[in-house]
Amino acid sequence: MYFGFEDITIAFRSKTVLQHVTLDIPRGKIVTIIGQNGCGKSSLLKTVSKTVTPRAGRVLYEGLPLDAYAPKVLARHIAYLAQVHTSPPDIDVRTLVSYGRYPYMKMGRGLNAEDGRIIDETLRLTGLEHLQRRTLRTLSGGERQRAWIAMTVCQQPEILILDEPTTYLDISYQMEVLELVRRLNREMGMTIVMVLHDLNMAARYSDYLYVIKDGGLYAGGAPGKVITQETLREVFRIEADITHDAAHNCPYFIPMRILNGTAGESPTDTKM
Amino acid sequence: MNTVSHRCFRVVLITLFGALCVVTALVCVGIGTIHFSLREIVRGLFVADDSTSRLLIWHLRFPRILCGGLVGVCLSLSGCILQGVMRNTMASPSTIGVTGGASFIGYITLVVFPNFSHLLPIGSIVGAFVTTMLIYALAYQKGVSPVKMILSGMAVSALFGAFNDMIKTFFADSLGNASGFLVGGLNGTGWSHFGMIAPYALCGVLLCFLLPSKMNILMLGDETANSLGLRTERFRFFLIAISSLLSGAAISVAGLISFVGLVVPHIARLLVGSDYKYLFPASAFLGFTLVVACDTIGRVIMPPGEIPVSIILSFIGAPFFLYLLRTRETGGEG
Repeated sequence: MYFGFEDITIAFRSKTVLQHVTLDIPRGKIVTIIGQNGCGKSSLLKTVSKTVTPRAGRVLYEGLPLDAYAPKVLARHIAYLAQVHTSPPDIDVRTLVSYGRYPYMKMGRGLNAEDGRIIDETLRLTGLEHLQRRTLRTLSGGERQRAWIAMTVCQQPEILILDEPTTYLDISYQMEVLELVRRLNREMGMTIVMVLHDLNMAARYSDYLYVIKDGGLYAGGAPGKVITQETLREVFRIEADITHDAAHNCPYFIPMRILNGTAGESPTDTKM
Repeated sequence: MNTVSHRCFRVVLITLFGALCVVTALVCVGIGTIHFSLREIVRGLFVADDSTSRLLIWHLRFPRILCGGLVGVCLSLSGCILQGVMRNTMASPSTIGVTGGASFIGYITLVVFPNFSHLLPIGSIVGAFVTTMLIYALAYQKGVSPVKMILSGMAVSALFGAFNDMIKTFFADSLGNASGFLVGGLNGTGWSHFGMIAPYALCGVLLCFLLPSKMNILMLGDETANSLGLRTERFRFFLIAISSLLSGAAISVAGLISFVGLVVPHIARLLVGSDYKYLFPASAFLGFTLVVACDTIGRVIMPPGEIPVSIILSFIGAPFFLYLLRTRETGGEG
């Protein structure tokens, strides 16, 4: 296995969130994990940043569990972008992006010329050159998210993990972020693993989709294979018309009605 | 604003703060019941003779200023670090009750080893460490909410305060030698006090040079910091140890001095921004200046009496603290 989750079980106190989930992430692909709110997809990603410790199972990279790598070494191969960001309010884009070089810094040394070059390169690639001296709070949501992604790009990782990178963003910003993610994949060969809520976006921008339901893996494969009437009914509780988006060669669906009860009801409630 | 000029601006500012320290120290040496001119000060500092001016300048005022300055540096740096550790800009040695805990173990050290008052700093450093760990364990949850932190700090302070009063009542004899520690001020501090805390304080200050880049990463939150390769739990532990070394050293000579660790990092942050590379030196210099200036004000404002520096600082610090409490509901996040 190049990278992936092996037999992961996650539980918080007595509540089991995921049970024996194994996901294989193929090299060089964009893989998106989808599922209802609270199904444990974000928790699964958090096992990579070690903010969630699995009760059983392990995360593997190049055949070894993540613990086998020194944290800084790992950070040069795998970058992780959290869903919620905190930062001092007054730092500017360039400073934030430069923090991505931390895994390469020697004790007590600052950034060297090589780091500076990589930071410049990253700012250009992510279209942030003209914003590099602006403080984060003065940016739009899309620009800010791009700045955070730029920080992870500066780590020069092989694998980039994004936890709901488009949540709270307007549609144009969502596309801005996903177009960038696709470019990182196509041009730099990064393997992308992310969690998305918008299923049509997920279908359009991913090579593979994994569907999580009831603490286990429900389905996995190419979007055309995974986005079916049955998946939408069983996992997302909607009746939908599925068409093929020929321009982007991906499935596209229009939700028609909610099944099994009213909107807002949680999936764990008893069925009618 | 481009990189170079922005960085230059902050470097110039910090250099000015450094110069301010020297100027404040010189001016404050000259002020008192007897005033000295600059020429007399320089003579008093560098020419060893039996004159009164030499006695006043070199043996009384100068060591007191160095002690006060060092206390200011230690408390400010300690406050800077605590604000990072707790992810909360209202943290400081006094607000979270470290002062009480440090004095408590300090008192116990004096009572148990009455003839070894040089052990006092070690006692208060241990006390500071235990208290900080306690507050951290009680209140930390992805950062410490200001309310939770201040309530825990109040409770811990009250508890240790009670113990401290008890010790002061029952063991008054054993506590004779450490006046500043007991009263909370710099009155009577001399070269011996300076020698007592300097090794610990300088050690702490030097260790601060290792921290800035890691502190900056820590401020991005544990999740991001972890994924950038920082061992956040271990680093926090290390930070708490350094902060205790600094605050413990300061408390052992000056006792309860509130608000320096809160006010100074804030002012420094307003002036040079929140990059720890600049925040640490700016805080250190401003802390030195603030404590030395306030101590001198207390020394001369109501002759022949003297107002302890802690009281002067509380007049400035308490309103500032209330102002922060009103404006910074969410602490350091943002």
